[in-house]
Amino acid sequence: MEFSLKNEQQQLLSKMATNDGHGENSPYFDGWKAYDSDPYHPTRNPNGVIQMGLAENQLCFDLIEEWVLNNPEASICTAEGANKFMEVAIYQDYHGLPEFRNAVARFMEKVRGERVKFDPNRIVMSGGATGAHETLAFCLADPEDAFLVPTPYYPGFDRDLRWRTGIQLLPIVCHSSNDFKVTKESMEAAYQKAQEANIRVKGFLLNNPSNPLGTVLDRETLIDIVTFINDKNIHLICDEIYSATVFSQPEFISISEIIEHDVQCNRDLIHLVYSLSKDLGFPGFRVGILYSYNDAVVSCARKMSSFGLVSTQTQHLIASMLSDETFTDKIISTSSERLAARHGLFTRGLAQVGIGTLKSSAGLYFWMDLRRLLRESTFEAEMELWRIIIHEVKLNVSPGLSFHCSEPGWFRVCFANMDDESVRVALRRIHKFVLVQGKATEPTTPKSRCGSSKLQLSLSFRRLDERVMGSHMMSPHSPMASPLVRAT
Amino acid sequence: MKLLSRKATCNSHGQDSSYFLGWQEYEKNPYDEVRNPTGIIQMGLAESQLSFDLLESWLAENPDASGFTRNGESIFRELALFQDYHGLPAFKKALAEFMEEIRGNKVTFDPRNLVLTAGATSANETLAFCLAEPGEAFLLPTPYYPGFDRDLKWRTGVEIVPIQCTSSNGFRITESALEDAYQLARKQNLRVKGVLVTNPSNPLGTAVSRPELNLLLSFISAKNIHLISDEIYSGTVFSSPSFVSVMEVLLERNLANTQVWNRVHLVYSLSKDLGLPGFRVGAIYSNNNTVVAAATKMSSFGLVSSQTQYLLSAMLADKKFTKHYIFENQVRLQKRHAMLVRGLKNAGISCLDSNAGLFCWVDMRHLLTSKSFDAEMELWKKIVYQVGLNISPGSSCHCAEPGWFRVCFANMSEETLDLAMQRIKDFVVSTATKSSNTGRSHHLSSKYSARKSLSKWVFRLSFHHDSENER
Repeated sequence: MEFSLKNEQQQLLSKMATNDGHGENSPYFDGWKAYDSDPYHPTRNPNGVIQMGLAENQLCFDLIEEWVLNNPEASICTAEGANKFMEVAIYQDYHGLPEFRNAVARFMEKVRGERVKFDPNRIVMSGGATGAHETLAFCLADPEDAFLVPTPYYPGFDRDLRWRTGIQLLPIVCHSSNDFKVTKESMEAAYQKAQEANIRVKGFLLNNPSNPLGTVLDRETLIDIVTFINDKNIHLICDEIYSATVFSQPEFISISEIIEHDVQCNRDLIHLVYSLSKDLGFPGFRVGILYSYNDAVVSCARKMSSFGLVSTQTQHLIASMLSDETFTDKIISTSSERLAARHGLFTRGLAQVGIGTLKSSAGLYFWMDLRRLLRESTFEAEMELWRIIIHEVKLNVSPGLSFHCSEPGWFRVCFANMDDESVRVALRRIHKFVLVQGKATEPTTPKSRCGSSKLQLSLSFRRLDERVMGSHMMSPHSPMASPLVRAT
Repeated sequence: MKLLSRKATCNSHGQDSSYFLGWQEYEKNPYDEVRNPTGIIQMGLAESQLSFDLLESWLAENPDASGFTRNGESIFRELALFQDYHGLPAFKKALAEFMEEIRGNKVTFDPRNLVLTAGATSANETLAFCLAEPGEAFLLPTPYYPGFDRDLKWRTGVEIVPIQCTSSNGFRITESALEDAYQLARKQNLRVKGVLVTNPSNPLGTAVSRPELNLLLSFISAKNIHLISDEIYSGTVFSSPSFVSVMEVLLERNLANTQVWNRVHLVYSLSKDLGLPGFRVGAIYSNNNTVVAAATKMSSFGLVSSQTQYLLSAMLADKKFTKHYIFENQVRLQKRHAMLVRGLKNAGISCLDSNAGLFCWVDMRHLLTSKSFDAEMELWKKIVYQVGLNISPGSSCHCAEPGWFRVCFANMSEETLDLAMQRIKDFVVSTATKSSNTGRSHHLSSKYSARKSLSKWVFRLSFHHDSENER
């Protein structure tokens, strides 16, 4: 009997190996493929696709490289650090190097303005935040159980939480009408819906600051969430991977602060996910952290961390770097300033042609509102628009659909993974596109939600170029101080 | 409602086994030449510390690899941002060539078929996820590395059914043992998806023979199942017969690009051959594109740090270095192995004839008070607490016969190994003396005054006691 190759593979391999649970067939990744086949380069490929779909932080490498250069002992392979080589290379204890855990705990405290303390013994390593999420799903839920998650959310969660674990993600639908905030009603509705479908809810997954919104949750909402999970006796997984990317008001409030200061709850339900991939820009180093207030979870997760430990070479480097508090203070504040500058540059540039963005104070991206450019208010129209943006405007941005957004027309646009020149080019392309579409409106007096910018700039490209070039020369520390920006 | 998952509250992580408990006892009372000369000597850790000087001198001569520079230029940013699960091309190429070199260049490895994982621990789990459904089974020859219980079964829900091997033929895999295991699985209503062998074997320290490899290939071919060959110790073969990889046998039998070819997968790591367990460098090699594709995506949960990939791509690309390292390391392993075998022989203890690995499979059957696993445990406790050596009892490796122990030799200094041999000799002598002096109580030498009384020892079964994880 003959089998087709696909059929045969499906017989031979597990369902997991041949299904779509990895989520890579989603449009989120299509844009990347377009970028990969035609990547922008200022000289070699100036008409290529600019990557704006990658939430990466490249703004502070100059500071980090300087630190690395000045601290050769942080590398166990240099002459200065070599005496530690063997000790580090053979250390495979899944507790992790004590100095690593201590330094990470300190850094997390610093990022939260020293408002809470973290116990290094509760720090568990993982293969990036990706590994941390999967591990928590394995620890907290059985196959078929569900986690609730507010939409829109990071597409990778579908893979991380569900693929190999067999658990489900159920949406808490959020709407632009109230800036996509999580409400008591929406949480309750999602929970009830699960009950009616006979699905057992084991947890609530929160991303704060939010990806893709870039917003931080306010204290009241956080208290509502903690109250909710406490009442229902379900776990709260709080992914705070963007905690140090906050660049303006309102400030970031960590769940650790809420349970410490604002509301009583069963701490066995509270778990944090963290990583250095976004705050410091080290996705390649795979430094994932799982922090739990539940002893049994710490213990179990630690055993599971065997499947994704952090290389001790990297643990050593990070321990050295993060225990240099002069350095960490500097990087946290500088990163914040540079992110603010970039964010401001883009959002103001878009506002010029009447494109609004959700008011945000964190993240490496903003949530762009292109609803009025849609042919009709459908996801088909969103996909159509997205394809045009990728293939004609040549910007890889991420469509809201891939984030499970309930309303068509929203796009996530990353801004921290490129240099100033690319920013300029990207803004030009957007302006051109919008003007050609005939959809440019008078510069918006931005809605109060989109921030009250006092700027009013003309639509001329020249002025725009001057402004952008001006920002090139502007001190990154004072984005609003340029003489080229005219306040009204 | 139960707060945690079934996986979190069961014992499938395997950490309650004596394999790990011995380590805990060591942690509490570790031998140190100066600070704690009567402490427990760690002989349960399959790790090589014999050739670090070679690595260190390479590093001293190659500052670029270490300091995030290439030709003096900083590549920090490039590395820090590199998270492509396909891995650093230069590293995969160097790793593939290193693997070829270890196999005497008798096979070639295409870097595109290599998947990088966070250690072999992750590689084995990933393969289990890719090849089997929950409730399906792999057959494993006993004795086997205790960590497999966790790696293959815990989060995957896959089962292990043993292929019983015995001392009657040096624990070699036989056709009848394979068939028996297969039938046993069927009786338990378990669908067998594959066989997993470790070659060279842990804990036996023997390279799997050509006839056995041929047997395995015929078996998996007939049953239409997979073969996973964990070749993590491939570079530690220090005497003849030389290492034969299953990939080599496939080529010999002209099975390239056949259906069987698509069902043979290798696992590798640099934890044993290069002595770098902390760096978490593992790999899966498969000729099956679907497996490579799926495993690559799964590697997202445990990628190798780009910092480490870069360092090792430079190191492994230095062919002069790798050639010298592999050779010299094997020479040193052979010497240590001989020392251990001699020392044990001196105490009247024999080992399974072995030519690889970082340990010996030691025959202490004659020291058992009875031919039972209880007696084995009794003997083991004595060795840990009275003799002061952490060795691994055969039962923790699922050995079918009581009385065998795995004893590691490459993770300590020569002096420490000497001391360990002395302690064993004294123990054996005193045991012999004791049994010939029935009715008289016997005091062991005051050298072991730090020994704990058995009543203080509690066989803890709670999973709250964390421990290092190790092969």
